[in-house]
Amino acid sequence: MSALNIKGLKKQFGPAEVICGVDLVVEKNEVHAVIGPNGAGKSTFFNLLSGAFPPTSGEIQLYGERIDGLSPEKIQKRGLSRSFQVSNVFGNLSVFENLRCACFKQSRAGYVFWRSAARVREANRRAEEVLEMIGLQALRDVPAGSLPYASQRALEIGMTIACDAPVVLLDEPTAGMSNTETAQAIKLIRQVAEGRTLMIVEHDMGVVFELADRISVLVYGKIIATGKPEDIRNDPKVREAYLGEEAA
Amino acid sequence: MSDDMTATMIRSNQRFALRGLVPWLVFAAVLLILPFIFTDGFSFTLMNAIGINIVFALSYNMLLGQGGMLSFGHAVFFGLGSYAAMHAMIAIDDASYAGEGFWAHVPVVAMPLIGMIGGGLVALVLGWPFCRRAGTAFAMITLGLGEMIAAAGQMFPSVFGGEAGIYGNRMVGPQWFGLELAQAADVYWFIAFWTFAGVLAMWAFTRTPLGRLSNAVRDNADRLQFIGYQPRNIRFLVFIASGSFGGLAGGMAAVNYEIITPESLGLIPSGLALLMAAVGGLGVFYGPIVGAVLVTLMNSLLSDYSDASILYVGLIFLSIVMFAPRGLGGGIEHVRTAYREGILARRLPGWIGGAAAVLLIALGLIIVIEMMFAGHGGGDTVNVFGIQFQAGGATGWLAGVVALVVGVLVMRATRKNREVNA
Repeated sequence: MSALNIKGLKKQFGPAEVICGVDLVVEKNEVHAVIGPNGAGKSTFFNLLSGAFPPTSGEIQLYGERIDGLSPEKIQKRGLSRSFQVSNVFGNLSVFENLRCACFKQSRAGYVFWRSAARVREANRRAEEVLEMIGLQALRDVPAGSLPYASQRALEIGMTIACDAPVVLLDEPTAGMSNTETAQAIKLIRQVAEGRTLMIVEHDMGVVFELADRISVLVYGKIIATGKPEDIRNDPKVREAYLGEEAA
Repeated sequence: MSDDMTATMIRSNQRFALRGLVPWLVFAAVLLILPFIFTDGFSFTLMNAIGINIVFALSYNMLLGQGGMLSFGHAVFFGLGSYAAMHAMIAIDDASYAGEGFWAHVPVVAMPLIGMIGGGLVALVLGWPFCRRAGTAFAMITLGLGEMIAAAGQMFPSVFGGEAGIYGNRMVGPQWFGLELAQAADVYWFIAFWTFAGVLAMWAFTRTPLGRLSNAVRDNADRLQFIGYQPRNIRFLVFIASGSFGGLAGGMAAVNYEIITPESLGLIPSGLALLMAAVGGLGVFYGPIVGAVLVTLMNSLLSDYSDASILYVGLIFLSIVMFAPRGLGGGIEHVRTAYREGILARRLPGWIGGAAAVLLIALGLIIVIEMMFAGHGGGDTVNVFGIQFQAGGATGWLAGVVALVVGVLVMRATRKNREVNA
């Protein structure tokens, strides 16, 4: 069964149709990149999938079960977790606490007030594990709000995967990073992708072609092409609509 | 952030974990020693009021400081908890007079628990619709709630006792630990125990998953949805916890004062909670404790010395909100952090300069304000910290203005000191 099955997805904001009928199947354990020019509706597309707002019409199936119209925390519970384009962390909490908060639910300790957080072993173990994975051990007790930009991006990814969701959406994970930082981020994303289905919105074509198994090109709310990286690279429609623009 | 700074932070954190017990031992020791230092009745009255206010201010900070919910109606839980405890106390009185019934076996020292259940139940019943949003909507709703409940207090005299309130007798029912609760000293031990227990429980709450998530909902409620939590649920649970501890303070007050009026449900005591928490600092756990001690002391002591006492409380609140938004607790943490990082010596001159300037400005303001009040009052002399000024005389005004100007000059002269090291 495919991880995500999207049929006829539409979203209107007032008279403006931002997503105008998207059909897309994302296979299990694939890394699927969504590219497109600015304003193509990539972020809106992610917002629909993660439940930030409901679609106007259409269907979204996660492992065959409909999730369209559900609230974000319900979708997250069913196994779809997302990161944000603008770092979106708990600024006054330490790095470790940010990760641990993302782990409590998984350990069935979400709304618990009769146990010390330090004794929810599973959540602590998982938070340490993710901390190591994103390479922020040295910044463990620093408030997330005062982290350097690239570290905050890493934490953002860490919080997204902390719950161990099988489907992960990353919204421009390398935006605003230097080359070295991007290289590190790619390494991290590769690790994240192991055993998971990954959808990624990204502007950096280098990152996209390096990571993606398949690429979908979103232009003005429609997917004009989906395929393997080399097919996309050679697709005349894509070159005209998107890559051509960038080269010019 | 540099590596060695990070290392310092980690090291200090481990040290903190090892020394976690020390503040509690100090707190307990202070509570144990105080009644042997201050032995007169007035001190006991004051210390008991402080204990109640500490629990009240901390319970308020569970909402505002920890959960990011600005409430103008927290006294509802304090007051209704207090009413619950008072009715229970009356029931104990009646039952022990009759010599039978459930309440005949309940000790008065357990009344704060009744208050806690009362406050928690009220929050449970009322809270759900309020907790959808934080911010302005929540603040306005709690403002309305507070006024509504306070008005209802006047409308149901059988429950609230009308304007005169209801009163009870704490020297009834079974005695525990030999506490007769007749003397102020007896009441002090009762208050001290519940203050300690309440503070400890609220601190423990901050260490639980829900406590941590309440900080998360304060920092970024939207993000919380995407890691699998419903912000409203968390706010609601925090609201109930906060209402419970507010009720605990109310139960302590019922035993301490033996009277409760509908006034204590209204905006003024709700504002007091905000005042104490903000003066002490919302971002530090012990901040509201500092605030409760200071504000209670000022409220009851200043009025003996000055007609302008309320003005001074207002000025202090204003200047803390404007110039030290992290409150007194934030200031203490600032010094502690500097000490841990070994830069205290470098920073101290600037801070001492600033403190001296603040004291001078305060002195100038006090002289000017007292001179102004003397103009309306009847006294011939104005006494400021033992210095006598002629009411309406030029020396007083001059001294006030000079102190103010010198204070401002010192502030400006030492500003560089603070900035360079910042």
